[in-house]
Amino acid sequence: MDYEKIGLKMGLEVHQQLNTNEKLFCPCECSLTDKKPQLKILRNLRPTQSELGKIDRAAFEESRRKLQFVYESYDHHTCLVEADEEPPRPLNLEALEISLIIASLVNMQIVDEFHVMRKQVIDGSNTGGFQRTGLVATNGYLETDYGKVIIENLCLEEDAARRMHEEKGKTNFRLDRLGIPLVEITTDPSINNPQQVKDVAYQIGQILRSTKVKRGLGTIRQDLNISISEGARVEIKGVQDLDLMPKMVENEVKRQINLLQIKDELRKRDASIENEIFNVGAVFTDTKSKIVSKALSNGGSVLAVKLNGFAGLIGRDIQPDRRFGTELAGYAKKMGVSGIFHTDELPSYGITQEEVGAVINIIGALKEDAFILVADEDEKARNSLIEVQSRAENAIKGVPEETRKVLDDGNTEYLRPLPTASRMYVETDIPAITIARDYQESLKSNLPELPDVKKNRVMMEHGLSEDLALQLVRIDKTSEFEKLKAEYKVDSSIIASTLAYTIKELKRERLNVDALDLKVLGEVFFYINENKIPAASIPAVLRSVARHGYSVSEAVKEEGLEKLSKAEVELIIDNSISSNNDIIKERGMEAMGPLMGIVMKSLKGKADGKLVNKLLKDKLIKLID
Amino acid sequence: MSYKGVCKVFLDSCDISVGDIILIIKNSVEYRGMVLNRAAGVDDKHLVLKLDNGYNIGVDVTDAQVELLEKGEKPKIELPKFDIKKDPDKEDITIISTGGTVASIIDYKTGAVHPAFTADDLLRANPELMEQANIKGKAILNILSENMKPEYWIKSARNIADEVNNGAYGVVVAHGTDTMHYTSAALSFILDTPVPIILTGAQRSSDRPSSDAFLNLMASVTAAKSDIAEVLVCMHSTMNDSQAYLHRGTKVRKMHTSRRDTFRSINTQPLARIQNSNLEILDKTIDYTRRSLDEIKIYDSLEEDVALIKSYPGISVGIIDYYLDKGFKGLVLEGTGLGHCPEELMPSLQRANDMGIPVVMTSQCLYGRVNMNVYSTGRKLVDSGVISAMDMLPETAYVKLVWTLGQTQDLDEVKNIMQTSLKGEIRRKTSQKYFLI
Repeated sequence: MDYEKIGLKMGLEVHQQLNTNEKLFCPCECSLTDKKPQLKILRNLRPTQSELGKIDRAAFEESRRKLQFVYESYDHHTCLVEADEEPPRPLNLEALEISLIIASLVNMQIVDEFHVMRKQVIDGSNTGGFQRTGLVATNGYLETDYGKVIIENLCLEEDAARRMHEEKGKTNFRLDRLGIPLVEITTDPSINNPQQVKDVAYQIGQILRSTKVKRGLGTIRQDLNISISEGARVEIKGVQDLDLMPKMVENEVKRQINLLQIKDELRKRDASIENEIFNVGAVFTDTKSKIVSKALSNGGSVLAVKLNGFAGLIGRDIQPDRRFGTELAGYAKKMGVSGIFHTDELPSYGITQEEVGAVINIIGALKEDAFILVADEDEKARNSLIEVQSRAENAIKGVPEETRKVLDDGNTEYLRPLPTASRMYVETDIPAITIARDYQESLKSNLPELPDVKKNRVMMEHGLSEDLALQLVRIDKTSEFEKLKAEYKVDSSIIASTLAYTIKELKRERLNVDALDLKVLGEVFFYINENKIPAASIPAVLRSVARHGYSVSEAVKEEGLEKLSKAEVELIIDNSISSNNDIIKERGMEAMGPLMGIVMKSLKGKADGKLVNKLLKDKLIKLID
Repeated sequence: MSYKGVCKVFLDSCDISVGDIILIIKNSVEYRGMVLNRAAGVDDKHLVLKLDNGYNIGVDVTDAQVELLEKGEKPKIELPKFDIKKDPDKEDITIISTGGTVASIIDYKTGAVHPAFTADDLLRANPELMEQANIKGKAILNILSENMKPEYWIKSARNIADEVNNGAYGVVVAHGTDTMHYTSAALSFILDTPVPIILTGAQRSSDRPSSDAFLNLMASVTAAKSDIAEVLVCMHSTMNDSQAYLHRGTKVRKMHTSRRDTFRSINTQPLARIQNSNLEILDKTIDYTRRSLDEIKIYDSLEEDVALIKSYPGISVGIIDYYLDKGFKGLVLEGTGLGHCPEELMPSLQRANDMGIPVVMTSQCLYGRVNMNVYSTGRKLVDSGVISAMDMLPETAYVKLVWTLGQTQDLDEVKNIMQTSLKGEIRRKTSQKYFLI
């Protein structure tokens, strides 16, 4: 695809949770909980007055009905601040510092004074009806193989409450996530190559990982803004897999191109939408369609709308395995129906040709016209068809601006209309914070190493394999590694593999590895350095420390891991030789291999392989000679 | 212009004022945005700019250059006139505002929050109120409730009386929460009302979508239409936006700095609960005053020279003498436990008695009843003429003494009035139900 010709433009938005000790505006811990909530708080949110001017009473009533929420709170895991029962505490300066470090790493200009704003959000995800957010820095950049990408803004904000489930028509939110510090990094919308957007996302990810941020599922969220000439801006939410990004971009471009072709065709046909919603229930009194008959027997309605000039277009593919009809269905589903039927796929799903014909008769459809059918509770069905009508109307205009959700196959589905410009006003409960120049400078002269740079340096300086170096970086253990390496003359790969693998294995055995701190590891390497235990015993020593709470010296003693003296080793070798005389006679020096195994087994790791190898070899040579 | 010092010089030199769109050029960065006012009491070298993306930032002007892009108009809030039609089938309720913001308008262009006081503003923000009644709005004061004082109680009472005399079926008073319980007590004593007078407020300001003002106002209008012809406080009963309590104006206190359900009835139960326009009486033991067609009566003579003094270990003897020397006409003590204070104060209290100055004893326990017969200190206090406030709240006792001394100077008469329940401020029984509810 010639993206330049198509006029592809993309912008990336990355949200990353910070790994601070406390939340952004209260002293609660930044962790989620699965415990049963101790209190449920029922709240209403009301649009504030300036918004009232713009919507009529009916719409206001409607919004009011929907703006009831339940918040799940805890006696100690959350506090009154999250519950909007106490004003926010002063800004968490640790979070501000992390965001300043990230800003510096992407070459941004930090603001002189940081102001916290309230961004109106009345979908219930914030108890106050607004999200607190502030602009930290602007005007940065990252270099990619496809050219420079401008990093427009970096904001420090609070994460939203966690949407749990619907209960009696009300959304339940849990307050555990509300207030966890988050940075939002946005690029300018000038990225025009799918590989470039992937590259930028990767680089930002690497930069974030070099700072104090949370790791794991749900701690980073990536949204992509995408448009083509004559198309529309679409925001794709929840991009997790970077490798999927190019494909997702390609599919979205295809979708917009196909929607533009459908638009041209519709205009050629002079297509139009009729406002009327027809009740065609009478056609289906004896229907074999399970969905339709179930809806009718539950007292629901079968409703239809006529789309003039749409015949054949609703079934047209606009993305791999997704048709224009899927788009219409996406809108209908938002009103609670499970799906729609359209002329391009009928007769099917138990609906017969006769029934289709009867509907066509009732609504007066011509050959070029299409209809959409919905069977459900009357209000739901009616609302979903109103959505279908408005989406179809937009098809004649072109591509609608939307927020879409990414699917596993790289396709996207409709989520909601694009949010209108943010309504923001200042958070009067938090004083502005001056970010002094010398503070900025001191942060800039102490910036963390980026992961790739760190990995290469560790490989070069300590002769580690790429795999070990990568592991150390990934689990953020390089500084521990370097401290131990500086103190003990132990082989780099032994220290690195202990940190990278041994501890992980013990964790997998469900042992509490918290006790295995730098001090304990240092003692172990001291024993190795002093030649008191062999490297092969490290797992056994650490396991014993973790399991029984022993000190290292106790563990070595209790587990009997102390190295044997040379004489003791020789005794064991001699015994092994004498009891395996047959093999030696038969195979000569070839018996070295099996014998080594036998000896090592009886030594139980209490001697170095090298030493055993040498002693055994000498003895065998002597014996055979 | 709220700018001073460095910023003022900078702005003046370029003839830039608040509302203008400017470009600020610094060494390595440029900002385009609108100049906003700066909060008072902070440094003078940062200019507040609202960027095109809606965010505010502060820009240090010391090494900046500026370019005026567009002269702005000073932001003005003008809302269209609100057409209120009177419905003859609905009752007329007056909402009196004393300050704080019963409604706020946010100007998203500048991010400024404008307090709104007029009836139009109030109804524009809460149009559902009109479903309940014909609402008339009246702003009589614009003060923060911590700045309330007895002369404003009088002003409020007179305005309420005017409204009732002009046919109001009930009156709602929007009030800051800090001292709402003092005002509710004061209005209770000043007015003999034939209609409900409901005080309400908000713990979350009304510029927020989560404000508690709406539920409180809706419930207050319901209460104002009821047959309880008393002064009552109507606020959230829990942290939920679902129901409100009606508390007697003399038995209620703000008990939490920030929670929505901060107001609690002390030494009694809440009188009623209101949910979805339904009022349910909770305390069936109370015979409240019913709505009547009587004239509203007003007794608004007050004695302002009354002090509320808290006793504590180490309290200086000079404190009592200070008030006596200053010519105060009455003292309310917030004693410890059953109603005690250090023996060292006794001579000063005796002196007050000798001077004919009433001293009323309440308890800083808040819950429970004063009883000065149990310990010897208490008995000495009684001997010095100290008057027990029984189960009255210290704040209520203070307000009541301010009012009583406005009615009479006779010490026996004062004692008699103070110990007679006029507006439900004293309950004869101390029920096991009345603790920490």
